[in-house]
Amino acid sequence: MGALRVTWLYFRVGVLNEFQYRANFYVQVLQSAVAVGTALAVLALVYSHTDDLNGWGKSELLVVMGIQILLGGAIRMSIQPNMERLMEDVRDGRLDFALTKPVDSQLLVSAREVRIWRAVDVVSGAIVAGTGVAGLEQSVGLRDALLFPGMLAVGALMIYCFWLVLATWSFWVVRMHTTIELFEGIYQTGRWPVTIYPGWLRYSVTFLVPIAFAVTVPAEALTSRLEWSTVVLALAFGAALFAFTRWFWRFGLRRYSGASA
Amino acid sequence: MSAPAASPALPEIGRVRAIVDFYGATMRMAVQEQLQYRVQNYLYMLGMIAEPVIYLVVWSTIAEERGGSVAGITAGEFAAYYIVWTLVRNMNIVFTPYGWEWRIREGDFSAQLLRPIHPLHYDVAYFAGWKFVVILLWLPVAFVLSLVFEPTFTTGWLDVAVFAVAVWGAYLIRTMFLELLGMISFWTTRVSAIFELAIAAELLLSGRLVPLELMPGWAETVAAFLPFQWTFYFPIQALVGDLSTGELLGGLAMQLLWIVVLTSVLLGVFRVAVKRYSAVGN
Repeated sequence: MGALRVTWLYFRVGVLNEFQYRANFYVQVLQSAVAVGTALAVLALVYSHTDDLNGWGKSELLVVMGIQILLGGAIRMSIQPNMERLMEDVRDGRLDFALTKPVDSQLLVSAREVRIWRAVDVVSGAIVAGTGVAGLEQSVGLRDALLFPGMLAVGALMIYCFWLVLATWSFWVVRMHTTIELFEGIYQTGRWPVTIYPGWLRYSVTFLVPIAFAVTVPAEALTSRLEWSTVVLALAFGAALFAFTRWFWRFGLRRYSGASA
Repeated sequence: MSAPAASPALPEIGRVRAIVDFYGATMRMAVQEQLQYRVQNYLYMLGMIAEPVIYLVVWSTIAEERGGSVAGITAGEFAAYYIVWTLVRNMNIVFTPYGWEWRIREGDFSAQLLRPIHPLHYDVAYFAGWKFVVILLWLPVAFVLSLVFEPTFTTGWLDVAVFAVAVWGAYLIRTMFLELLGMISFWTTRVSAIFELAIAAELLLSGRLVPLELMPGWAETVAAFLPFQWTFYFPIQALVGDLSTGELLGGLAMQLLWIVVLTSVLLGVFRVAVKRYSAVGN
């Protein structure tokens, strides 16, 4: 309960803060429109040369693309700003201020920042995915409709874990900010169903960087191709990753010596 | 005795030598600085390599599904295109337009204005020096990518020579283009949407996304009037494509033309922009 209250409080403060800069909303809308427009142009280009990409039709790929944009918005709205701040705080020694508070430190470093205008991408991603679903030949079944939000949440959790593990590295390695570019680059693989990639890359973007679980698996739910074995694997891997992340965070924290040391 | 002029103009020879010295020193400094951050440079490069690998996989998949080629391009030729792409893209990384926003906001630009040399020289020289580190780090990456994706291409010595010049032409064109975008920061602080739009146009019309022959005909026509294809498509095609000697040399001439045009526009806009600048901060 306490955890929820703290998260909600930080969320509200963050949102109030961003509401001071309303013009940024319009900038974000324009940027989002450019990004979606580019994605659609690429999709149109691909399907002007073929009708079927490795078993995925145009509407099905719209679903994948929409989920990738939606989740990307969520990542940039909440996960990434928090992790960037964490990495900065470790470098400057300002993490002391978070650690001395009587709340779980992992929760605190994960909830302090929110960039609410980036939720525009969540909306535009949802619209793209919705358009894709509307164009599907086979409508979404009840089981899949229920599994979709669950799988999306598990996927988002895994991306969060991945980011926290990466940010925790900053206890050992100081200059970590290129990791953002690295992640942004690799996240683009989620634009396409991971099944098109060669084996080494498919495994990397499934287990090393869990993009397959975060984007392709929810998309499989909406396009009626999700198997129960995948659901079980996603849940098991998500749980294991979360446990590891929690351990790794505490392990890293012991390395932290603060500003004055 | 009359008072000496504020700063006697250097004789022409001295000025040229001073600029050459400046470039030499700045480039050496960039090399030394960037060699310290090898891991960071590598992480950056790896993040960037995801982009061409994705395009490559998508288009080779389509090529195979269509019986071996799309618009006459085979999977092996796509591999060659996108592997060379990685070097060209690296050469195309220049001072970001967002950097201008930062320089102006932080008042950093004031210090640059005090130097007896046009601020543009620093950006051109520093990133040019950095490129030598980038090329060095790129070699193993290219080797691994070639092992994985098995590119096919035949290349003559003229192709290699033109490519070696064209990547630097691409570097200069893109430098001038992005610096020109950066100039917008002198008029407004909300520049990101404009930048993103320009970068999106570049992505589609430069050959960065796909070899231009895959684009619809009208897009190719539009691209002919823009500088973008000379920064991606032409250098890559010079090495892996089937260009005639005339096309190769003509391409270099087009690059030169665009460098001259963009540099002139940039210098003109810079002169106006500087007058609008009022220092912020210390």
